Amino acid sequence: MMLNLAPNIADPDDFYAELINSQRNLDEEQALRMNARLILLLANHIGDRKVLTEAIACARAAGG
Amino acid sequence: MTNYIYPKFSYLRSKEQADGIVKRHPIVVIGAGPIGLTAALDFAARGQPVVVLDDNDTVSIGSRAVCYAKRPLEIWDRLDCAAPMVDRGVSWKVGKVFFRDQLSYQFDLLPEANHQWPAMINLQQYHLEEILVAKCRANPLIDLRWKHRLISLKQPGDHATLAVETPDGIFTMEAQWVIACDGANSDTRKMVGAEFTGQLFQDRFLIADVAMKADFPTERWFWFDPPFHPGQSVLLHRQADNIWRIDFQLGWGADADAEKQPERVIPRILAMLGDAAQFALEWVSIYQFACRRIDNFRQGRVLFAGDAAHQVSPFGARGANTGVQDIDNLAWKLAMVLRGEAPEALLDSYHEERAYAADDNILNSTRATDFITPKTKVSRYFRDAVLELAQQHAFARPLVNSGRLSVPTPYATSALNTPDEDLATGEMRPGTNAADAPTVAGKPSWFLRCLGDGFTVVTFGNAIDKTEIAIGPLAARIVRVGRDIEDPSGLLAARYGASPGTTYLFRPDQYVAARWSGFDEAKIIEAMLRATAQDSAQHPAGQKELAA
Repeated sequence: MMLNLAPNIADPDDFYAELINSQRNLDEEQALRMNARLILLLANHIGDRKVLTEAIACARAAGG
Repeated sequence: MTNYIYPKFSYLRSKEQADGIVKRHPIVVIGAGPIGLTAALDFAARGQPVVVLDDNDTVSIGSRAVCYAKRPLEIWDRLDCAAPMVDRGVSWKVGKVFFRDQLSYQFDLLPEANHQWPAMINLQQYHLEEILVAKCRANPLIDLRWKHRLISLKQPGDHATLAVETPDGIFTMEAQWVIACDGANSDTRKMVGAEFTGQLFQDRFLIADVAMKADFPTERWFWFDPPFHPGQSVLLHRQADNIWRIDFQLGWGADADAEKQPERVIPRILAMLGDAAQFALEWVSIYQFACRRIDNFRQGRVLFAGDAAHQVSPFGARGANTGVQDIDNLAWKLAMVLRGEAPEALLDSYHEERAYAADDNILNSTRATDFITPKTKVSRYFRDAVLELAQQHAFARPLVNSGRLSVPTPYATSALNTPDEDLATGEMRPGTNAADAPTVAGKPSWFLRCLGDGFTVVTFGNAIDKTEIAIGPLAARIVRVGRDIEDPSGLLAARYGASPGTTYLFRPDQYVAARWSGFDEAKIIEAMLRATAQDSAQHPAGQKELAA
């Protein structure tokens, strides 16, 4: 399996709002800690090591 | 209130120093720590006389290494000293990891029953060394020389020349081979000019060995960020004689001299155990560590083992445990080379296999260190996230890393292995250390005991009559399951994925050299030659035998 870079979320605006709203009352440290937990949960759900490696490389490259 | 009385081993002037004669010894071991003493016992077990030089005259000061794993115990059993270690030490297999004041994760190192030796014992290094010294002293092939300090080493051609300082002055001795077991700060390594490179870690740690009566279970307890030592990690381990090892992470800026003082140490322990705790400090030390290894384990006639060859973080108990396995790998090879049964090239496989294992240990120990001591704010958030999630969810528990405890590294890529040729089943691939199992040889015993310390062929369900296969000076004993040993529980066959015909060749260090689905003498001979770094095509005896 390859990292899916095509649109894959059914309701993108709703998802994005949910993500942002979930951190609305958190300070920066709390939000970063939540992000860490979220990344670990999603990574485990994906499971496929090759996909995870591609995602890490892709995220790192996008940030410069 | 330490109750331990350090033995004092008497210095004796050697005959060669008294006579002023330069004597050449087959093997000289530098350093009488756990690795040097194990080396002496293993060489002697293989019939080689060995001289051990140590600049001190007692055992390890302080308990230092504490945890000894199953594989070293199996090696020490081959050398007939595991039983007193297990009797003297405390056996354990359960580890608990706490985050703040909650249990995050618990592991069992030996979930499988029916093994002779425990997953791990804890024993003060001084007790362990005393057992090894007593065993060495009882062996006429071992010459332990205390207060002998190596001051220079040269390698003129086919031997090494050693200048050794004793209370009677300096004298010269020669060695065909030198085994350097003189620790992380090895002078021998400096004398041969070997590189010793890797990563230095900034965190400082405080070790306190305390004597106390406590009712904690015999388990390894590791805390991340506990309320009694916020922001840092703490490790608690039981040793023999009601001595407990407590290891506090202190961080980067800690002042080693100040932190060692009892007035700084005692409040830390009271915070952990409660103000009413009754204890006495036995030994306190501050350490910092590096993960690094020597460029080549063989430097001409000098072979490096233990911390002299590689240094790891203490998380995972990979220091002494790895060093003992270095010796297990080296002793049979050097003994065969000295007897002329194998070419010197076999010694290069010592570097190949043990550097591979050292790199694996360094990798594991570096990963544990990075988990325990995150280097950035965000990596700390990830670490804490793993620990928080592990309290609720099984998926995060395998990510918790408080030290992956020492297990043998299979020599997966070793040139001594004969690769599987048919669809072999089971995990016991060539290059793997033999799994133990209960077997019966007249009376109930263990499989590893029946393997012994030479080449051994173990075959299942083949009606062969032979008891040995020989080629030139090499010989392998044949153990037929059903004839020489019984496997009433079926565990041996299960652990080796055996079906009728399955045949294994084990090396003298009890590693799998080759395995087949049937018994074929020519293939066994070829594998035995390969496992001793000999090319069967160039081996006259091999050629004849194979042609026949």
